[in-house]
Amino acid sequence: MPNMSLVKNPMPEQDPKVRARNFEEVTLGYTEEMAINEAQRCLNCKHMPCVAGCPVNVQIPKFISLIAQGKFADACAAIKETSALPAVCGRVCPQETQCECKCVRGIKGEPVAIGRLERFAADWAREHDAEEIVKPESNGIKVAIIGAGPAGLTCAGDLAKLGYDVTIFEAFHKAGGVLVYGIPEFRLPKVIVQKEVENLEKMGVKIMTNMVIGKVLSIDELFNDYGFKAVFVGSGAGLPSFMGIEGEGLVGVYSANEFLTRINLMKAYLDEYDTPIRKGKSVAVVGGGNVAMDAARSAMRLGAEHVYIIYRRSEAELPARAEEVHHAKEEGIEFLLLNNPTKILGDENGNVRAIECIKMELGEPDASGRRRPVAIEGSNYEVPVDTVIMSIGTSPNPLIRSTTEGLEANKWGCLVADDKAATTKEGVYAGGDAVTGAATVILAMGAGKTAAESMHEYLQEKFGNK
Amino acid sequence: MYKIVKKQKLNDAVVLMEIEAPFIARKVLPGQFIIFRIDEQGERIPVTVADYDREKGTITLIVQTVGRSTIMLGQMNEGEALLDVVGPLGIPTHLDGLKKVCVIGGGVGCAIAYPQAKALHNAGAHVDMIAGFRSKDIVIIEDEMRAVADNLYVMTDDGTYGEKGLVTNKLQQLLDEGNEYDAVIAIGPVIMMKFVAATTKPHGIKTIVSLNPIMIDGTGMCGGCRVTVGGETKFACVDGPDFDGHLVDFDELMKRNGTNKEQERHDCENCRMRSVYNA
Repeated sequence: MPNMSLVKNPMPEQDPKVRARNFEEVTLGYTEEMAINEAQRCLNCKHMPCVAGCPVNVQIPKFISLIAQGKFADACAAIKETSALPAVCGRVCPQETQCECKCVRGIKGEPVAIGRLERFAADWAREHDAEEIVKPESNGIKVAIIGAGPAGLTCAGDLAKLGYDVTIFEAFHKAGGVLVYGIPEFRLPKVIVQKEVENLEKMGVKIMTNMVIGKVLSIDELFNDYGFKAVFVGSGAGLPSFMGIEGEGLVGVYSANEFLTRINLMKAYLDEYDTPIRKGKSVAVVGGGNVAMDAARSAMRLGAEHVYIIYRRSEAELPARAEEVHHAKEEGIEFLLLNNPTKILGDENGNVRAIECIKMELGEPDASGRRRPVAIEGSNYEVPVDTVIMSIGTSPNPLIRSTTEGLEANKWGCLVADDKAATTKEGVYAGGDAVTGAATVILAMGAGKTAAESMHEYLQEKFGNK
Repeated sequence: MYKIVKKQKLNDAVVLMEIEAPFIARKVLPGQFIIFRIDEQGERIPVTVADYDREKGTITLIVQTVGRSTIMLGQMNEGEALLDVVGPLGIPTHLDGLKKVCVIGGGVGCAIAYPQAKALHNAGAHVDMIAGFRSKDIVIIEDEMRAVADNLYVMTDDGTYGEKGLVTNKLQQLLDEGNEYDAVIAIGPVIMMKFVAATTKPHGIKTIVSLNPIMIDGTGMCGGCRVTVGGETKFACVDGPDFDGHLVDFDELMKRNGTNKEQERHDCENCRMRSVYNA
């Protein structure tokens, strides 16, 4: 008999006042009892609508019923059949718009807490060392993966399982991509990412850090001089955008990428690291996405007294996940909605002293279907701040497309790839933000997975019998 | 790991390091830079490559030991290794077609100006080189510069060596004497590059400056190295590091380069570098 409670088992969390000043994980995870209880809410529907909502088709009812039976290691193994990074996805996937929004239990009451259960199973397996990593027999065919982010790691894992000789080239000094430089420790502890990377290495995947493909080696050289037979490009979102307003060159203006990289990858919040960072007393974050929430909550943890999210539309249009907005508010982030920055003001030494905003109102719907924000003339005012973080998106990095003949990009500069992740150049596949522009971890993983399937098909056809 | 195969102290505050980095050595061109990190706790520090040996697989860095990380680098010895070296980054300097060039280096900037002078010399160009230093005791790589320059003018602020005066005094003199240059390449302190650009502007001489702003990744991802060039925001790591000296907003760059100064000083009072600073 299923558990007919209309609500999810609540997720234990650090107290907002406490966690707003530390970098430890906000959510603490289910206990075994909570997980079993929550798993019993699943109706094990025959038509599995939840699975259709998952970009990597995790066998959701299967792993949940294993949790309900107390078979936690098996539950994790069931997820791993299709998802390379369950501990990551359980934390950062937008389940509310994917698997959980399709859950039958959500018609009346809350859906099953699929994300929390996924996280539980993955954490349990990791903490109990229950994951068995087997190194598959090599087929001797070399494939190169460019970028060790979610797309690249997923693609590498799937190809390694099939026996390919996989090398990942990473530009930074550490593998993980946005999972290590972008998403903060308090949402995704870095030991989890580290563990996933180690598991790949145990499967025989080689990771070469400090390798900027397009500079130190070109894709053509990977093929011609190093014997790679196929290449996957998962090089990520690229260059941070700025608004083009006055004052963006002032001292104390960061892109969210820079601010978060200093904190997450370069550990600026730990005393023993040399990374400098400005610990602002009053911080404005411009933008309303998940990255903006991460930047704002990180600024608060560095000791700010006031942290503002400045967003030109209203709360309903905030692109960030509802959970992130909720957590941010609990931690004291102040939302200046329907506000748009007009300039950043500096003092005589070139340091930020304030940001000038103009108030906005919502007009007619625009091309995106959202009501277009319109400035209210004469409503300009100054918000005193000493730090401004721009979190308004990215534009693609030209490094790879400009050094690879035959690799086409669209008018925005994103690599062109078909629905099987094949680019316009033979043997080269691409996926993740490099193709879609900035999107989510799970979509990048889905693309990495698709690419691995296509690459396998291509390679078997071409080199399979040799 | 990237092993230090040679270390040479050029003066009290400038050290030369030859480092094993075979992939980089194979590709690097004059004007490009690398980013190094000493250890797990270290910063990522961009440095323009001074020289390279493709066969040995080494690159040469000449670094002024002014901040935490560069002071620590200066304390490392032959046989030890850097944790990370990534590159080559940035766009190589466009030297094609230049027949007569004035290359100007300021202080440790001479180490970066030198490979440009060398490349031009090897391509058959006439190279006048002006090397500016504060005083005699900090003059570096004079022999190397002399070997590739048709004329080398060493300037010191205090007149203890070469001629007394600034690099811009000598440049002005050369221009007044009727020298016509296809380009002037200036590498050194921001203030020096600013005044070189101001000196060449009335003559309409193409002036290339190499900028070294704060950066993290060196691939365009962080945006920390943004500079205003001709009213547009450019990223020094992917659009540069060379820019048209007549278009760069040097004043903004000087302020931005000071971003971490205050914090660095504060940190050093408490951190593992204390012994170094008090040494």
